[in-house]
Parts: sequence; structure tokens; C-alpha cells
Amino acid sequence: MSTKGKVVGIISNLVTVAVDGPVMQNEICYIIMSDVKLMAEIIRIGENNAYIQVFESTRGLKIGTEVEFTGHMLEATLGPGILSKNFDGLQHDLDKMGGTFLQKGDYTPALENDKLWEFKPLAKPGDEVVPGSWLGEVKENWMPHKIMVPFSFTGTFTVKEVSTDGEYKINDTIAVIADEEGNEINVSMVQKWPVKIPIKAYKEKPRPFDFMETGIRVIDSLNPIVEGGTGFIPGPFGTGKTVLQHALSKQAEADMIIVAACGERANEVVEIFAEFPELDDPRTGRKLMERTTIIANTSNMPVAAREASVYTAMTIAEYYRSMGLKVLLLADSTSRWAQALREMSNRMEELPGPDAFPMDLPAIISNFYARAGYVHLSNDETGSVTFIGTVSPAGGNLKEPVTEATKKAARCFYALSQNRADSKRYPAIEAVDSYSKYIEYPEFIEFMKKNVSADWVDNILLAKNVLIRGREAYEQINILGDDGVPIDYHQILWKSEVIDFVILQQDAFDKVDASTPIKRQRYMMNKVLDVYKTEFKFDSFEEVNPYYKKIINVFKQMNYSEFHSDKFKKFEDELQEVIKERAVLEN
Amino acid sequence: METTAFQKIHTKIDQITKATCSLRATGVGNEEMATVDNRLAQVVKIQGDLVTLQIFSGTEGIPTNAEVVFLGHAPRLAVSEELSGRFFNAYGQPIDGGPEIDGDLVEIGGPSVNPVRRKQPSELIATGIAGIDLNNTLVTGQKIPFFADPDQPFNEVMAMVALRAKADKIILGGMGITNDDYLFFKNTFENAGAIDRIISFVNTTEDPPVERLLVPDMALTAAEYFAEKNQNVLVLLTDMTLFADALSIVSNRMDQIPSKDSMPGSLYSDLAKLYEKAVQFPDGGSITIIAVTTLSGGDITHAIPDNTGYITEGQLFLRKDTDIGKVVIDPFRSLSRLKQLVIGKKTREDHPQVMNTAIRLYADAANAKTKIENGFDLTDYDKRTIEFAKEYSEKLLAIDINIEIDTMIDTGWTLFNKYFSDAETGIKSELIEKYGKRKSE
Repeated sequence: MSTKGKVVGIISNLVTVAVDGPVMQNEICYIIMSDVKLMAEIIRIGENNAYIQVFESTRGLKIGTEVEFTGHMLEATLGPGILSKNFDGLQHDLDKMGGTFLQKGDYTPALENDKLWEFKPLAKPGDEVVPGSWLGEVKENWMPHKIMVPFSFTGTFTVKEVSTDGEYKINDTIAVIADEEGNEINVSMVQKWPVKIPIKAYKEKPRPFDFMETGIRVIDSLNPIVEGGTGFIPGPFGTGKTVLQHALSKQAEADMIIVAACGERANEVVEIFAEFPELDDPRTGRKLMERTTIIANTSNMPVAAREASVYTAMTIAEYYRSMGLKVLLLADSTSRWAQALREMSNRMEELPGPDAFPMDLPAIISNFYARAGYVHLSNDETGSVTFIGTVSPAGGNLKEPVTEATKKAARCFYALSQNRADSKRYPAIEAVDSYSKYIEYPEFIEFMKKNVSADWVDNILLAKNVLIRGREAYEQINILGDDGVPIDYHQILWKSEVIDFVILQQDAFDKVDASTPIKRQRYMMNKVLDVYKTEFKFDSFEEVNPYYKKIINVFKQMNYSEFHSDKFKKFEDELQEVIKERAVLEN
Repeated sequence: METTAFQKIHTKIDQITKATCSLRATGVGNEEMATVDNRLAQVVKIQGDLVTLQIFSGTEGIPTNAEVVFLGHAPRLAVSEELSGRFFNAYGQPIDGGPEIDGDLVEIGGPSVNPVRRKQPSELIATGIAGIDLNNTLVTGQKIPFFADPDQPFNEVMAMVALRAKADKIILGGMGITNDDYLFFKNTFENAGAIDRIISFVNTTEDPPVERLLVPDMALTAAEYFAEKNQNVLVLLTDMTLFADALSIVSNRMDQIPSKDSMPGSLYSDLAKLYEKAVQFPDGGSITIIAVTTLSGGDITHAIPDNTGYITEGQLFLRKDTDIGKVVIDPFRSLSRLKQLVIGKKTREDHPQVMNTAIRLYADAANAKTKIENGFDLTDYDKRTIEFAKEYSEKLLAIDINIEIDTMIDTGWTLFNKYFSDAETGIKSELIEKYGKRKSE
């Protein structure tokens, strides 16, 4: 007999319920209104009352309304059919909902119960398995979707039976396994997992080291992120956070992309809905939508489900990681989630921390980032969840609580700068202030030496140094005037501008320039550093600016041309000519 | 008011604060409307049988034995074709002396559009103002505010944009506007012969501030009614800063802990719920929102413009250009995020390049001006940019411009050719060949 209750208090979407039996923190319940059921979660328990946050508007709710408790926490439904879906924050399938408007209590199932999947067994009778072990696989779009021993099981099991090749529905039994006492358990293709709890069905979680290519030069060539790494992008509005996230979701070298649109504009999600089914994934030639799942809780959707949406997304990411896949999870924006926490903490009359955010905000954020990572699975395969979140700092001030808490948790920091955005230097990532902690990892340095280039990390440090010196020169020139400084200062400034214009700036709307493969990045970085290392001769400072503008212009034309095409080579030759004009030859 | 025989009348109020009163009652729904001593009120909190009502017009003079009647529904608006050409107060009651609206009663602040049912906005809105059409093109289904200081002519510009936008309906939501401004809108729309396309919900400075909270939802509920009939609806919301101020008054009276700038912690969600009503429906109807957010001393880091900027699809800044003595749309700080969807696609292909080049040259002029201020010498190029900037301001940025988009682009080319070489503009040679050829050289 499940616990029931009655509504005794209502303040906005915080509802107090008098309960008649045991309830659990974070348990899901439904408020039974005359025409509709409203989903809610317990967020505090006291005396005989449960305090629940309702994932919907409570308009019209009355005292005395009945509440049914489900006995479980908020769970994600995990099985084939998640890819290419558009879910809301609670994993309801948005496409299955009727009507133009989201109706209260229209809860659609995440997966299709009747769809047939082509199953292929991977385990055989007698095999020893643990939670997360692969029993078989189905093709989901082009991806091998592993059917696993449910994560909620504990201990070691013996496989008794596995279904043969054939078509099955998700709820069909595809394997029978026995626990240590010999109790046989049927396993289907679908399992459930509470979203707030990390899935730990892996052997170990080493430090990540494997470079993840994004095609974005200011990231790959200056602040690289690794597979299983964490990063965050803070930036005031209008600095291009969303354009950057979209670029990442289109280009990043990952098997699966999960986009959690958390409390942001609906039209931005619509852009993904409109474009992804059309755009090609350069790695597989398939449509981008085939490797993408969208969790949309836009800013006008229920606030309480915002927090749930990022956890739902992370749980799905961990599920696919357990299949040995590289998953990239993007959340835009984690600030909206923090604000949702603030609204609720406020209604519960908790003592506030800085800017009225709950005191445990830093702990919540760092626990969440910690769920990303690179893992060794029980069968020694590897998988990863890379997490990049955006932060929308209030007033563009990076000292606000969400940014500060995130800075402690994430290993890569991509600072978007208002100044760069104002002068249309996109992507507006401030390369010098941004950082990647991974370039300090010996494992990563080793990996890059072996797989990309021997001097990759050295070049990063050199390029950053040039940029810092350029910035200093710029300040000097501003104070002392163009003719108040030696010509060398102008050269230092313009050599850093070459890096800025050629490497850092990238046209997200140009077909060629939008994504730069790592080989091409290496090539261009070397070219640019060659310019830096070359000594040029000038008679007056007035010659410096037009000359470097010429160099930059030719470089930009190269950026817009297909790599190693005739056009590219033509501009490359032109560049050599321009360099010769003023280069001081050493011999 | 709407009293019927079945409604129970309560006459014992337990507690009265500045904005709320509490009484014992049962069977009351959350957010239900009521009347207290004939003033409209709404349920904001229920604790057991203790119901707290927020009285929109304040509690001055409310006695403990006031008559309280629960109306059994959330705030709602009667919608029908009859709305056209009418003026209403924040409760949706006519204030123009005309009859009550005969139509379906719809609860305001209704559900959001399912994001998968939205269509990507793609229809350009032409306003004739080059600072908007050329540099910050508007699209149906967009939401965009003017960020303006209180002394700037934002209401005039907004009225002009509204009248030129060729919308099927224009819905004005006035919050805390002065009576003078209200009459300005009324006269402007009447003189333009557009009154039958206009619907106004107005709360002036003479009305209680908390009533303002209903205005945007009223306006947007009316907008949804027409947009669902495949009409293009333009909603004007002025001034959203005063709306947000009313939110902070309420949250303060409800003993909530304020966050940044004494605004409620839910400010972002409260604003987003309204602005996200802007939508392009698949069947052709649309809701476009143009709002005004007044700034104090141009500070956009204040919580109200800051949260607004994160929600809206760009913002428009007005600035007084001392070179030409006119108000212009500031090309640097203004932004339309949706312009990418139409420029060079619905407009001529050279539009994006001409726009960007002109702004870049205008930025060079700004640098040159800084040089003058710092006492450095100007190069010949610097001098030309300054001349260019003045003419660009005069012929394109000023808000009194009213020309076709093609003319704007052609004007851009004329200015480039007058002041700069092709190398200095750096525009793709194919485009110069096609659109920007110099005459008689």
C-alpha cells in the first residue's frame, strides 16, 4: 500500500502535504486534481508533513486535494530510443505531446514500448557479469546500443540464458541471469535509474588525458579540453555563449551529444530542431540529429523542472558512457539551474548565502561536475562524459557565486569577454585569461606528443606569451602615443594581432572556417609562429600597421579556403611574397 | 461585480498588511480571484484554512468586516474580435466608455508553447528606420527591448515602428506610463487611422502600481487569441522596468529575501515567462514583442536590464549623436540576434557585408575621435572616417529615416565610394562588381 497524503498548504509551487505513512526525501508524488495529475518531488520532510516542489503551475489547486506517493525518486528511463529525441526536463517526449501548448500533466513516455529492435547477443550462458556488463546490443541509428545488466543490481551474476539474434521490444526479456544464491532474474532492454545519483558501474576513473578535438581554434590550439574533461563558459549576454555551444555540439569529436537547454530561450532550441536534422556530421556522414539528444527546459517551462533537467541529461550521458562511448554533455545555462535552486530555498525560508543563493550551492555544483569523467569499464573498454556548461553571470561580474563555485569545479575556463564581442572578435573567448588545467597533466602532454605534434603544448605556452606581451605593448602605445614608443612595440603588438586574427578569431558562419581539423590547426599555428619568429625591418611606425594588415588579410583568405586547395596554395605563396618584402634574412 | 447566488460571502478578515489580507475560508483555489470590499484581489498563499489575498489596489481603508467574495477562477480576459480598437485597464475592463466585450473568457498567463511546435522565425519586419532594418533587422516572433534612459524618445520610436510594421494587430501594454504618454499613443494611433488594429491595456502612473503586474499577461493573452487566428501580432510593452519594480514591491511585502538590486530571486523566470510568449506559429500567426526597459544612468548591469538581456533576442539602444544633433540607434551596443535568419536571405546578398563594413568604419571613426581627445595627430584615413561617420549618422543611423532596405544598402555603397578605396572597405570583390561599382571614374 503506497503512502497517500492531503494538501494542507500552498505557496506558489511549494506545497505542504500531510502524509499517512512513510515517505522518502526526493520521492516523486502526484497531486490528483479533478482533471489532471501534477508531478512533484519531496524536498523537505518535517513532523507529519512533506514539503513538495511541484513541476507545474499550481493554479487552481485546493486544500484537501489528494496526493499519491510513488516510492521512488525521479528516475530516468534508460534503453534504446533515447537518441534523436527531444525531451523535457523530466524526460517526457515533447514530440508525443498533443497540441501547440504544453498542457499541465501531459506526461508522455520517454521510449516506445512497441518498437522492434534488432538484437544481437554479446554474452553467453555461463558468463560472469556485474552491473553494467554488456549482455547484447541493438543498432540505435548507427550506434551499437549495449543492453546492460541493470545498474541498480548489486553483486556478481551468472548468465543463464541470452536471447538469440532477432527483433525484440524494449520490455521483452532478452536475458536471464542468476545471483549468487541462484535466484534467476529476467533482464529486459530498459532500466530505470534515479537521476540525482551518479551511475558508478565502472572499474576505475583515471585522470583524463585523451585530447578531444572541437574544431574551434581558440580551444584546441590554446586551451584544449580532454575526453572526460570539464569546462565552463561564463559570459555576459551578447558575447556568443550559445553560438559557441552550438558550434561545439556540431563539431566536437564525440559519439553522442546531449544538449541540455536549461532555462534559456526557446528559439535557440528551435534552431537546433530546425538545423540538426539537416546538417551532416563530418565524421560519419550521417545527420547530426542522429547522434544528438535534446533536453529542453526553456525559460518559460516550469522552473522546478530546470534542476531536474541537468540531472536527467547527466544520467543519460552516464548510461551511454557505460556502453564505451564518448559522450559530450552541454548545458546552457547552469546559472538558470542555480536560480531555480534559489527560488525554492527562498520559499522554504532557508537562511540565504551570498546573493540569496542556497549555502550549499558550491557543493551541489562541484558534485555535478564530478560526474563527468573518463572511465575504465568492467570489460576494460573505455568511455567518457565530457561536460561543458555555460554560466550567465549577473551583470557580467565573474565574482558572483555561480561563476566562483563553478571555477572551483571545472578544469577548463573559457572566459567570454564583452570587449572582444563589442569589437566583433568572435569567438569572444579571451585566450589569455582562459585556461585549461589539462596542459599541465604529464599524461596529456605525452598524449599530444605522440598523437598530434611534439611541440603542441610548448606552442600553446609560446602563443599565450606573445598575446600577453602584445597586450602590454598595446597599453604602452595607448599611454605614450604611436610615436612615443620604439617601433618594436608596434611589432610586438601586431605579431600578437596576427595570432588573434588568424588563430583566435574564427567565422562560425563560414563553411570552411567554422571548423578547423587538428592537422590544419597545427599547420596554421606553425605558420603564424614563423611570422612571430621572423624579424621585419621598418623605417617608421606608420609602416607597421598596413604591413601586418596585409599579412593578416592573406592569412584570413587562407582560413576561408579549403585546406591545401589550389586557392589555399595561391594565398600561401602570396604570404611568402609578403613576408619576403620586409623579412630580415639571417644568412 | 460577478456575484452569483452560489458564492459564499465572507465577512471576517483576520489580518491586514499593506498589500494583503488573510481570512479563514475553504474550497479556495490557488491564484483564484476574489473581491475584498469590491476591490479585486488574488489568492497568493493558502495555509490550512487561512487564505492570504493580495489586493491589487492596496489595503487602505479595508475594514475587518469587509465583504470578501471568491470568484472561482484565475484572472481572465474576454477575447473576441470586439477587442480591436478598444482601451482597457489592467483587469481587462473597458476604460473608453464602450461596452463590455462579448467573448470567451480565457485565463491569462496560460501555458507555454511546446518548443517542438514552434517554427523558426523567418519573416522580416521592415520599419524604414535604417538603424533597425539595416543594422539590427527585426523578425516576426522576436522579442527585443529598447534599453533607454528615461529622457529618450523611446515611446515615439516604438509607436513609429509599430505603425510601419504592417502588423495585423498592435497591442499596447502600458505599465506606469504617464497619462500624457497614454494620450500620445492614443492620438498617434488615431491620427494614423490605425485605431481599429490597436488594442490597449493601460495602467498609468495614476493607478496602483501592483495592478501593473496583470498588464503584460492581459496583452499577451489577447495577442495569443489573434495569433492563433494566423494573424501577425505586435505587442508593445512599456515600461518593463516599472513592471519589475512592482514585482519587487510584492515580493518585499511577502517577506521574500531579495537578491541583486532588491529584485526578487525569481525575476529572470518572471520576465522570461512573458517574453517567451513571443512565437512564430507553424500556421503563419506570430507574436512579436517590442518592449522598453528604462535604465538608470545607462547602467545595463542592473538586475532588470541584465536579466532582460539574457532573455530577449537582442536590444536596441538610443543615443543622442552630438555630431548631427539627432537621436540615432547606436550601432555598437544594439543587437538583433535573429537578423542572421533574414539578412542576405530575405534581403539583398550584399546586406551583411555592407552592414558590417559600415559599422567597422564607424568604429574606426570612434578611435580617431579618441585620438583627438588625447591630443594625437590624425592620419588622412582618420580624417576620412570622421567625415564618413557624420554622413553615415545623418543618412542611416538617425531615427527620422524612412527608406526601403535596398536604398539603405545603396546609401552604404555611395558612402564607401565617396570616402574610401576598395582595399580599405575590404568587401569581397564579387560584391563590389555586382552592387558597388563606382560611377564615372
